[in-house]
Amino acid sequence: MRGFWAIYKKELYMIFASPIFYAVAFIFLVISGIFFYLILDYFNHLSFELAQNPMLARQVNIMEIVLRSFFLNLSFILLFLAPLLTMRLYAEERKAGTLELLFTYPVTDRAAVAGKYAASVTAFLMLLAGTLPGIIALALTAAPAWKSIVAGYLGTFLLGSAFLSIGIFTSSLTQNQIIAAVLAFGALLILWFVGEAKSIAGPTWGGLADYLSMTRHFEGFSKGVLDSRDLVYYILFSTLFLFLTLRQMSSYRWRG
Amino acid sequence: MIEAEGLTKFYGQIAAIRNVTFQVAKGEVVGFLGPNGAGKSTTIRILTCYMPPTAGVAKVDGLDCFEHSLEIRQKIGYLPENAPLYADLPVRGFLRFAAGAKGVAGKHIEKEVNRVIGQCGLDKNADRVIRHLSKGYRQRVGLAQALLNNPSVLVLDEPTIGLDPSQIIEIRHLVQELGSDRTILLSSHILPEVAQICQRVLIINKGEIIATDSPTSLTSQLQKTAKILIEVSAPAPDLLSAIRQLKGVQKAEVRENGANKFVVETDPSVDVRSDIARLVVQSGNGLLELRSVQLSLEDIFMQLVTEEPSQQEEAES
Repeated sequence: MRGFWAIYKKELYMIFASPIFYAVAFIFLVISGIFFYLILDYFNHLSFELAQNPMLARQVNIMEIVLRSFFLNLSFILLFLAPLLTMRLYAEERKAGTLELLFTYPVTDRAAVAGKYAASVTAFLMLLAGTLPGIIALALTAAPAWKSIVAGYLGTFLLGSAFLSIGIFTSSLTQNQIIAAVLAFGALLILWFVGEAKSIAGPTWGGLADYLSMTRHFEGFSKGVLDSRDLVYYILFSTLFLFLTLRQMSSYRWRG
Repeated sequence: MIEAEGLTKFYGQIAAIRNVTFQVAKGEVVGFLGPNGAGKSTTIRILTCYMPPTAGVAKVDGLDCFEHSLEIRQKIGYLPENAPLYADLPVRGFLRFAAGAKGVAGKHIEKEVNRVIGQCGLDKNADRVIRHLSKGYRQRVGLAQALLNNPSVLVLDEPTIGLDPSQIIEIRHLVQELGSDRTILLSSHILPEVAQICQRVLIINKGEIIATDSPTSLTSQLQKTAKILIEVSAPAPDLLSAIRQLKGVQKAEVRENGANKFVVETDPSVDVRSDIARLVVQSGNGLLELRSVQLSLEDIFMQLVTEEPSQQEEAES
């Protein structure tokens, strides 16, 4: 992994030097803030209704309802924004010709992919951190459900990292950043909705489609349930796309 | 130090270079010369481990470029064509990254970066963003990154392209200075530059090496006739015919731009200059100029590049 830190630092600098990150962060925080507010509003209504019906109130954990919709919403926003964080990683280097520097420095291709990916994950973690104040405020004023919060954030982190791994892969395919973003977005949408095929396909294919669906594996986390199968799914998913990126880079090198 | 053996590279169906073979000895400064699209950059990219060749072996310091890619990359300082740089980074930030990527230890990075900034005359622009630099300064930043970690081999692809004359001279001096204790392979399509800096020239055309020698011996090899230019004070047709009578003179003609200017072509083994001078004085004319003309690298280049294909075609048919 020679050269990893140098690449990681450079990529991080470039992410924060470009206006894209700030635009993405702005949109992300505004929309997630609006959703958070709406959910709280719904939570208020629900509280009043449940106050009339103590029997039902005992069976429902309101905090979990709020967190669940909040994390589902976050993941949906990320579907749109994650490709914007990764689109320049390789496409820009291909266009500017700087890939020639990267390829001739004593840096392994693996370190380059890892450094770039780690930088985009770091930027994404910063976006996630931006949503913390609201959640913490909620946890302090309502009955805190720390386990659900941790599970939700872990799930969002894994899901977002998987999104970014697709993004870095599509960025390695082209020198046009917009094409890279559109390809990533398309792939994410398909993987998001592929689970719907369960109802129309037979049991074998439907089961496979259901397993591949990114949404299905996220549901557990959003409910505050940690399942090792979901963890493995996301880790394998990201590893696969990072591996494909690495392959794509050596293929690019061979073609010259 | 650098060895290329039978290097061939195909891009799809098109061969960019075919069977390129040459050596560069340790400490040598070698010019790699050829018209645009001749295969200079392709060869260089193979030697710098940017891409593997389709066939053939490239070695640097005895190590195969394909198998020991990382070790070789550690030894080579490379300035790619057009000096691609991370335009969003400031000069110093970029050089810090490059130093880190080249494996300079953390505590030495600052010192190393300052050294190359000084060496390439970047002191005043060190904190500017690369995007805002002029072409000349970008080229210097490109050279600066190649010098980081003090590589024993420098490969420079068109280092003076796009620079103004005074910058070109500066870069040439720098390269000459660097060449005193390093192996340098420098590509260019500007001939005087190569003649000035390099001890040896490789000429490549259409993907094949067509000549390799020192600039001076290339000149003497290819010079079939010696040329002498004469200018006298007044037009003198008699004098011209007298010169034609001299032994060893093959041709004597009036130059296009004046009846009092002649060009004389002789056998390169005889020197007729003193005879010509005597003839001029005897004819009663004033001798304004008398000098022999050396074949410039341009002439050699044109000769090689234009002659070689026709000879090949003959051989083929």
